[in-house]
Amino acid sequence: MIERVVARFRDLAPAVHFCSLRLVQEEREELEVRNGVLEPVDLRRILGAMVTVHDRGGMGYAATSDLSATGLKRALDRAVQWAHDTASVGLIDTASLPIHHPEGSFEAPTSQRWASVGVGDKVALLQHLCGRMNADDRVVEATATVMGVQHHTTYVTGGGGRVDQRMELVAPDLRVVAHADGETQQRTMGLRGYCQQGGWEVLARVGFDTMPDELREEALELLAAPNCPSGTMDAVIDPDQMMLQIHESIGHPLELDRILGDERNYAGTSFVTADMFGSYRYGSSLLNVTFDPTVPGEFASFAYDDAGTAAERVFLIRDGILERPLGGALSQVRAGLPGTANSRAQSWNRPPIDRMANINLEVGDQSIDQLIGAVERGVLLRTNNSWSIDDSRNKFQFGCEYGRLIEDGELKGVVKNPNYRGISATFWRSLAGVGDASTNQVLGTPYCGKGEPNQVIRVGHASPSCLFRDIAVFGGET
Amino acid sequence: MQRPGAMQSHFNALTDALDGWRQPGEDFTVWFDGEDSDFVRFNKGRVRQPGTVWQRTLSLRWIAGRRHASVELDLTGDLDADRGRLQTALGDLRERLPHLPEDPHLLWCQDGEDVQLVAPSALPSAADAVGQIVESAGDADLVGIYAAGSQAVGLATSRGQRCWDEAHTFNFDWCLYARGDKAVKSTYAGETWSPDELAARMSRARAQLDVLGRPVKTLSPGSYRAYLSPAAVAEIFDLFRRGGFSLKSTRTRVTPLLRMHTEGLRFDPRVRLWEDTVGAPAPAFQSDGFRKPDRVPLITDGALDELLVNPRSAQEYGVPTNGAMSWEGPEALSMAGGTLDEADVISRLGTGLYISNLWYLNFSDCTAGRFTGMTRFATCWVEDGEVVAPLGVMRFDETIFRLFGEALEDLTRVPELQLSSSTYFRRSLDSSQVPGALVREMAFTL
Repeated sequence: MIERVVARFRDLAPAVHFCSLRLVQEEREELEVRNGVLEPVDLRRILGAMVTVHDRGGMGYAATSDLSATGLKRALDRAVQWAHDTASVGLIDTASLPIHHPEGSFEAPTSQRWASVGVGDKVALLQHLCGRMNADDRVVEATATVMGVQHHTTYVTGGGGRVDQRMELVAPDLRVVAHADGETQQRTMGLRGYCQQGGWEVLARVGFDTMPDELREEALELLAAPNCPSGTMDAVIDPDQMMLQIHESIGHPLELDRILGDERNYAGTSFVTADMFGSYRYGSSLLNVTFDPTVPGEFASFAYDDAGTAAERVFLIRDGILERPLGGALSQVRAGLPGTANSRAQSWNRPPIDRMANINLEVGDQSIDQLIGAVERGVLLRTNNSWSIDDSRNKFQFGCEYGRLIEDGELKGVVKNPNYRGISATFWRSLAGVGDASTNQVLGTPYCGKGEPNQVIRVGHASPSCLFRDIAVFGGET
Repeated sequence: MQRPGAMQSHFNALTDALDGWRQPGEDFTVWFDGEDSDFVRFNKGRVRQPGTVWQRTLSLRWIAGRRHASVELDLTGDLDADRGRLQTALGDLRERLPHLPEDPHLLWCQDGEDVQLVAPSALPSAADAVGQIVESAGDADLVGIYAAGSQAVGLATSRGQRCWDEAHTFNFDWCLYARGDKAVKSTYAGETWSPDELAARMSRARAQLDVLGRPVKTLSPGSYRAYLSPAAVAEIFDLFRRGGFSLKSTRTRVTPLLRMHTEGLRFDPRVRLWEDTVGAPAPAFQSDGFRKPDRVPLITDGALDELLVNPRSAQEYGVPTNGAMSWEGPEALSMAGGTLDEADVISRLGTGLYISNLWYLNFSDCTAGRFTGMTRFATCWVEDGEVVAPLGVMRFDETIFRLFGEALEDLTRVPELQLSSSTYFRRSLDSSQVPGALVREMAFTL
């Protein structure tokens, strides 16, 4: 099928300045057992293509699931029409853009194919894990979920370029809700944070079957726990909350299309401006952040982005100083700044825009005991359950599922509803300790929303535990 | 764009094929979702990214007794190709069925009514609309998106039910920026495009830019009197749609309105909410074949009334379904108006915040109904009945019970219809019709 579509595109490609085809084939299966009952199985088969045309200085795209010669011709005609109709009122003169015809391929390492495990075995595992979470009368809802994806993108240019990328992805999740005496608390794997590239082996890699008992016991602990205290105090933030902190207050603000104003009607702008790159102190000297699509198994690893740009690891922030934005080839030309290979699309029916991929906070040299030991009065924060940030990605408030007090360098009692708030522009300057490799976790999420038309995309975030000084922390409603 | 009726005849032909492949003891439900949409992004008053998406998906559920398996496919639009794809998928589902357990919560409508609703198209050509938008923007810093085209949803079951809802709509959602993060947000959505109406709305937006050019006022955290526009009120209830009116969320004790159930909390008696299906863009039927009631009262005189119940919850908890979709959230939320005339909003506010838009709401203590979020766009400081200055963005942290309970002073007289501009996966069919709210105090924290 793929070769036939590629051949059709090559036959039909119009005589324009530039045209490309991005063909997406994906099979996605999601299984969920809730309180012992298998929920309707979500099996999705995706197949479609987007053609993009640059001509007479304009641009246009058309996306279709009709991959016949007639369907592709119609899409190409429509894209050409858009380019011509809007050239005189376009924001960007596409005639001046560099053209590339990349050639390459990528295949994410997978040791046990998702499809090699029968649906009955998958359901049996989920029922077993769900049963373990349900093993207490105070548990009112337990769900065990796993999503497996087989994804193949083929990018072809009218000038002979071709890139094929294949990956399997797995996203497990557990959720246990406990209720007693009017109080409800829950523990989860946090925004499906343990998603990774790979096949069935991902479940063992992330310890899926070791988590149900711990999550259940922690949810029950939270039922009896006091609210998190309010005040300015130190915070040790674990990787499954660091992931969200990096995502919202480093990843999004550095997206170049925000800085260029494209997102101001929806996702927002950025407190970061183009003149800050190369000199702005984003955080303390302990802060090192990379765009790294090369980490095996991380959720958004790839060799090329969806505009065909070869991907490589680069520093975004080094020793606390802002170095470069997250901007694909087009945004780099528009802004006159270096960037990253991050022009990415949700699927065949949405155009590539500047997105995060793997945005990682590099490890430091502190053990978790050293991080906690450096706190006189503070709180350990684990697993995001709420996130809110302003449209410039500055004033934020995040909530976590689970907290532990820290007193005189030692972990103390559990606290419920821990929240904290701050301002991105100053928050990272309070970074006072970065965990070593033993605290590092490779995480991610399938659900990053942005763009007009709206798009959800997969991102990866690896981070160690980190220590921050003097954070505004508070608890829930009394 | 395809000829009128093409999507429906394609869906019907595929349904006929499924009927023909059915064996004794087998049933099916099938859901169609299709759109031919133009999406044009604007930035700085120019076209940033124009394109068209033709997409059709079919969700087939194959049922044998209490076992069922489902698949969702992208369709090509070519009948032979799609029949072939569907037949392959059906083979896969039949293979899966014996490996899946019986489903005690399976419930689908076996004697559902037919629904047929096909609206005529009165859309302009995309090139015309784009030209008029660029012209009306002039030299303004306009950023936004024009989305328009045909959309259809369909349902069929092996028991002969056939439902179809097709409409042709546009939704232009944009901002005029004054500077920095200060902008006037506007929308123009519907079925019949009028260049004059576009020009009028653009003109109204321009008129508001002046005040946004004044020096920004910064407020200290604290409690302030505030007016929430209909867009801001809609944003709040958009958050509380997540589980607030769901039977499942109520029974599993995760509803953000939990304290109304456990502690008997109520809103102000003037707060009345409904799921109002009649006339809304969302279809009057759902994917299990059940017809939605015209109206479901959710909050009556400040107190909880009915909950939204999808068929699975109905089966699980032993109560009747009211045709809710799987997520049990309102798709067409209506809220009763109050006594405040729109023209009197600024004078009645007196001194406080005029909040045009809220942004990025989330829970800070979900089951306590406490939530946080940001002000956005044209949020201004009003003093002695005069708009004084734009405000720097502020974070609030409040409970829904306080805001629409003791703090509620009045609601505007005429609720405002807002059609969702969301386009995740497909153009949304959600809508809301809510008034603005004047509140005595609202807590701002950052």
